[in-house]
Amino acid sequence: MTIEVIGISVLWLFLFGYVIVASIDFGAGFFNASTIVTKKHHIVNTVIQRYLSPVWEITNVFLVFFFVGMIGFFPQTAYYFGTVLLIPISISIILLALRGSYYAFGTYGTKGHVGYTLMYGVTGVLIPASLTTALIVSQGGFIRETASGRIELDYVALFTSPFAWSIVVLSLVSVLFISASFLAYYSSVAQDKKALKLFKKYTWIWSFPTIVTALGIIIEMRWHNPAHFEGLVSLWWLFALSFICFLISLWLLKTRNYGWSFIFVVLQFALAFYAYGVSRYPYLLYPHLTIYDSFTNETMAYALITVFILGLMLLIPSLYLVFKLFIMNKPYIQSGK
Amino acid sequence: MDSVEFSRYLTMLTLSVHVIFATLGVGVPIMITIAHWLGLKNQDEHYLLLAKRWARGYVITVAVGVVTGTAIALQLALLWPRFMEFAGQLVALPLFMETFAFFFEAIFLGIYLYTWDRFKNPKRHFYLLAPVVLGSAMSALFITSVNAFMNTPQGFTLVDGQLTNIQPLVAMFNPAMPTKVAHVLTSAYMTTAFVLASIAAYHLLKGNRHEYHRKALALTMKIALIFSIATALVGDLSGKFLAEYQPEKLAAAEWHFETEGEAPLVLYGVLTETNEVKYAIRIPYALSMLVHSNPFGVVTGLNDIPEEYHPPLVVHYFFDIMVTIGIWLTVLSLFYWLALSRGWAVIKTRLFRILLVASGPLAMIAIEAGWWFTEVGRQPWIMRGFMTTAEGATDSPYVWVMFIAFAILYIILMIGTAVVLTRMFKKNPVERELEKLADEQRSVAK
Repeated sequence: MTIEVIGISVLWLFLFGYVIVASIDFGAGFFNASTIVTKKHHIVNTVIQRYLSPVWEITNVFLVFFFVGMIGFFPQTAYYFGTVLLIPISISIILLALRGSYYAFGTYGTKGHVGYTLMYGVTGVLIPASLTTALIVSQGGFIRETASGRIELDYVALFTSPFAWSIVVLSLVSVLFISASFLAYYSSVAQDKKALKLFKKYTWIWSFPTIVTALGIIIEMRWHNPAHFEGLVSLWWLFALSFICFLISLWLLKTRNYGWSFIFVVLQFALAFYAYGVSRYPYLLYPHLTIYDSFTNETMAYALITVFILGLMLLIPSLYLVFKLFIMNKPYIQSGK
Repeated sequence: MDSVEFSRYLTMLTLSVHVIFATLGVGVPIMITIAHWLGLKNQDEHYLLLAKRWARGYVITVAVGVVTGTAIALQLALLWPRFMEFAGQLVALPLFMETFAFFFEAIFLGIYLYTWDRFKNPKRHFYLLAPVVLGSAMSALFITSVNAFMNTPQGFTLVDGQLTNIQPLVAMFNPAMPTKVAHVLTSAYMTTAFVLASIAAYHLLKGNRHEYHRKALALTMKIALIFSIATALVGDLSGKFLAEYQPEKLAAAEWHFETEGEAPLVLYGVLTETNEVKYAIRIPYALSMLVHSNPFGVVTGLNDIPEEYHPPLVVHYFFDIMVTIGIWLTVLSLFYWLALSRGWAVIKTRLFRILLVASGPLAMIAIEAGWWFTEVGRQPWIMRGFMTTAEGATDSPYVWVMFIAFAILYIILMIGTAVVLTRMFKKNPVERELEKLADEQRSVAK
């Protein structure tokens, strides 16, 4: 394993961590708001509030870890992605800022304000959509070189591409699927039967669209980026395993093993996420950047990996403490104490 | 205007907003720790409540600090892609470590907030503050070392545009780092103490005579005095550092044109078109004293520096604002302390309380002026001696649109923060909380 591969694997892990944690968070915000409209808010409110309160900052840090690490290990990405993604990522920052601060305002300041809750729900679906732009652009075909040698984002191509829209749709439905699955588990621990029933239903509703769009994207890749399509096909067995995990998770949901069901949802996404990551090796940005030509110097790479290991030794016990105190703590989940 | 200028303005805007919350983010944990410790030691519920209430307000400012911090971190790559591509190879280490330090802080802050009554031994809950204080100070240290690196880059060799011999630790521990980190930390503690003192003074000014506010004011003003003196000492070292490593920045701040000994310190004034200083206060020998601790020491002037590397001369005013406020607040807190220990009644007058209320906002203005001074004073460089700001900037034509969008965002955030904080504390005044505590204790006793 080369140091470049170690670097990108670490970053991929952060990104996966963000996808899962943020999906739960975004989805929870969405359900929290949408149930106000459907008048079922009283059912889900307690469970969602109790989960979200202590962990909201942690989600954001995963994202920061990912892009700081990206610039650290692959500094050239700063130039390419930084230049072309000015507008989409700025929109993401603005939405993240509104979401984060208004959540804090709503929770610690004036409790139960409907405006905050709605804002929190709407940003929860807009952020995945705008952040996904980075992934879409990395697939190639959306960056144009101007006569003066500048690079810029081809917005017309981006907005008219069915491939791009499919990825946006996938990001939205998987956010809702992951989140519903987790919240079903969380309500079962809280012994909140009404909330459990509702989230179980939501998990079923969003499960099949997730699989259908994912499959659609793989097929579309054939036209969008044939080389990558071949990479995907050669890893068919990983995607098949992912699909099996999906089926197992649904079966476990049906047989009321909510914790295991959620674990298999995570496994399903992990397999697909890593299979996708491996299939695009060695490209960071088709066809401009690979992990090799954009890599930082070796000294910095080793320094970063050392810090990463030391940092994990500090963080894992701390996160374990959070987990023990809030997330896996039955008295807390049930009563908020 | 072109994208370079808009990139500069947008960065300035984000930094100016973020630094308010970053300063409080570094400073408040130590104040909570002191109050919490006093409360436990003296069994004084006033101090405990002080820690509790500060912590509650702190969460709001941390939330806004997190989101504006995320904004500045991403904007570094969005607005300065060439710079990040280059500097990323050299200073990724402290950037990465900053994330860890902040994560560490955030985790324990979350635990601290939600576990006020969950530990049987209250001291255990208090110990949770140690990682919060440490994490916030470390994240300030790491991020400031990156800024210091932009002023005095080192730890690499540039051969034909290729970076070789890269030493991340040498880059991190660059000459500007010690004074800068010390200055950021002491001034953050100082400013936070004054901001919290302002709040207490405001209640007293409004006629509230509760013991709680008196204790809060006395405590924060004492802390403010200690850190004002510390900040002044570090500021002096920063001046000496500038003279040695960034003489153009000091010369621009002082409108010091001719390289000479017996250099005077120039305060205020205006500059004519021919660079003549008018209406200024000159303190003879003071600049030489400041730099060399010797009235005859020679200080490099701007005329000995090529004109294209002159920083904008407006930094003189930023420097003056920072220093004037710093001195004023040191005097104010020293006087308060003297008056308190000798029982002078003057500190209970309306006028003096108005001065105390003004101290917090003034300290924050000094922080802003200090950052404007150091950032504008580094121009035309983004990385001194290696890359100019223009070379580092994005060439996207849409930066101005983003400038407007972010300006609106920050207005919303600032108003939101102000409204939520006032409402939060007005709805739940100290008296009511203390009564509630007393009720609870009575019911426990029964």
